[in-house]
Amino acid sequence: MTSSLLFNITTFAYLISMLAFFAFLASRAKGLGVAAMSVAYGGLLAQTVAIALRWKESYDMGVGHAPMSNLYESVVFFSWTIVLIYALLDFKYKYRVIGAFVMPFALLGMAWAQLGMNTGIEPLVPALQSNWLLYHVITCFLGYAAFAVACGISIMYLLKAGSESVADKVAGSGLMAMFPPTRVLDDLNYRAIMIGFPLLTLGIITGAAWANYAWGTYWSWDPKETWSLIVWFVYAAFLHARITKGWVGKRAAWLSIIGFAATIFCYLGVNLFLSGLHSYGGGK
Amino acid sequence: MTTQKKDFLHSLWDFFCSLKLTMFLLISLAIISIIGTVIPQGTPHPEYLAQISATKLSLYKALGFFDMYHSWWFILLLYLLTVNLTACSIKRLPHIWKIITQPVTVFDHTFERSLTNVATFSSQEEPVVLKERLVALLEGSFATPVITEADGAWHLFAQKMPWCRLSVYVVHLSIIVIFIGTMVGSLFGYKAYVNIMEGESVAKVVTRSEKELDLGFSVRCDKFSASFYASGAPKEFKSILTVLENGKPVPGLEHTAIIVNDPLTYKGITFYQSSYGDASRFLFTVTDLDGKNAVPVTVLGTEPVSLPDGSEMHVLESTPDIAPYSPGLSGPAANVEIHTPDGKSERLVVYANHPELNIEHAKHHGKGPVLQYKEGDKRMYTGLQVAKDPGVGIVWLGCFLMVFGIFTAFFFSHRRIWVRIQAGTVTVGGNASKNQGAFQQSFEHLVERLKADLTKEKQQ
Repeated sequence: MTSSLLFNITTFAYLISMLAFFAFLASRAKGLGVAAMSVAYGGLLAQTVAIALRWKESYDMGVGHAPMSNLYESVVFFSWTIVLIYALLDFKYKYRVIGAFVMPFALLGMAWAQLGMNTGIEPLVPALQSNWLLYHVITCFLGYAAFAVACGISIMYLLKAGSESVADKVAGSGLMAMFPPTRVLDDLNYRAIMIGFPLLTLGIITGAAWANYAWGTYWSWDPKETWSLIVWFVYAAFLHARITKGWVGKRAAWLSIIGFAATIFCYLGVNLFLSGLHSYGGGK
Repeated sequence: MTTQKKDFLHSLWDFFCSLKLTMFLLISLAIISIIGTVIPQGTPHPEYLAQISATKLSLYKALGFFDMYHSWWFILLLYLLTVNLTACSIKRLPHIWKIITQPVTVFDHTFERSLTNVATFSSQEEPVVLKERLVALLEGSFATPVITEADGAWHLFAQKMPWCRLSVYVVHLSIIVIFIGTMVGSLFGYKAYVNIMEGESVAKVVTRSEKELDLGFSVRCDKFSASFYASGAPKEFKSILTVLENGKPVPGLEHTAIIVNDPLTYKGITFYQSSYGDASRFLFTVTDLDGKNAVPVTVLGTEPVSLPDGSEMHVLESTPDIAPYSPGLSGPAANVEIHTPDGKSERLVVYANHPELNIEHAKHHGKGPVLQYKEGDKRMYTGLQVAKDPGVGIVWLGCFLMVFGIFTAFFFSHRRIWVRIQAGTVTVGGNASKNQGAFQQSFEHLVERLKADLTKEKQQ
């Protein structure tokens, strides 16, 4: 069994899970929801084993390092954290249908990584040879993943809120009937960001600590650093929006979506469009 | 006049206390920060300048876009945010402080109406016995209550984690602490850069603002080495450094290796492996075929150098002794590449101890000139970042406070339970500072437990 085979199985599992979630939304058959979630859990397990295997394989090659060192490895890890955070929320709050809006993010990541990227294991360049790499990447990506889940929930919130304001159609019909009430979606959005915000803060701080340790400068307004701060500002605004008149509900949901768009730009856009210190620059 | 002044100060205070200002500042900072990630910061490259028009350039310069994170308007926004969060905290803190230090211990009817979680049940038990039992039960399943007797009733008050109400202010404070740390760093610290050649030492470094600074000691580079993976990607950059005080090595800091991600610190000044280069010097002379008109030529590292006849030369490799490569010959030699003005290029070996071979080569190729090698000094230099930042500890303290504050703000809740025992009726009230849904469940659970325990013991 190689990690690459397991990653392919993972991608396939996330595809099946996503389709099952869509079918669940359309048919409202409970069994489909259970099946979709089970396949997602199966995929998460396969991916966990695959990441561990790739880690071991790098040691077998004599270039041992945590599998978080280039674009391919980070996208795979991002996808893993998204399903992990979703699984945690599902475990605690049991609003299964959210999967229909979260699994597409995980699938997109895996499909892009498996089909469009060089999957080879490469040795670490001097700048990345540090234990800080592990702490920095894990905290950042868990934070990003929580924001991805919050974004999915916010999209559901806007759809639901939109359908509620467009007159009262026949109650309980259509896809929206499956959605949790807007009050619950708003609460879940907040809870996901409650997980993401401390982790992003830790991610920025571990990055600063690493930069200080490696270069003697904890903050140099590098585009990546600046964008992480922009993301932090947006979610700080989100957290204050909840106690500010006129900012609850739809505006907060939009802030969550904008926050995730900024997150994605911080993660990918900065490397693809701007220049800076982070390693997977060329995206090859 | 005074009322007007008061009104003005009042509305100014309200302005700085408003959450709308917070939202405005956070969103503005997020949007404005984008500018500096799109427009290159620092001294712009000529290629970038060629891309933009002169009007744009002067506009950007006037607005401070090339150093926007230190521009007055960006700093002003940060100051406003600091004033805003300080004002908000000052406004709300006394009220929160009162909740923590002077809790409502008497559970009267007016207060009862302000709570969302209230339950009532009756008991035939003597009020004093009932009180003792409830105290014991609360102690066991929630927290030790404060007992007050008022208006002919017993009032119990118990709470958990009152201090977590302060966590938001800890986060606000942490931001100010971080700002103080950065200011200490920029006032009393510096960032500098220094190149040291192998075998040489330096006692001065050049700061980013081009100022020369005395270290107070010196640093010698004993050796620099770079290694690469088979793919050509860099594997390790390593400098061996020795710290010298009055020319003598400091014990424990002799021949210390530093690599990227593993710096060296002495007297609060840290040296980071940052870059490297070739600092070799090769000495040649160029003469006519008959040995006249000698011109000395010095080649630095891998840099090309112009020869008197207009061609360009650079050194490919050199050796202090050619014997192992060319039996029968001896002494220093250099392998060089020459590009002539008419576009031809050739590679040749130039010797120090065999001028006849150098002349022969020149004759073979025309009328000269003749290249003579004298000696080579092959070595590397290491480029080090030098930093002194006495504020960094304060920044980490601020970061710690921030993480601690955020975690307690999100994951802890101040929970309070009141119980009133009056004329055979037990009234329980509850309140939490956060996570109302979860609290409601645990409140109902607690009430069930109190009820069950009291009735069970009565039946025995």
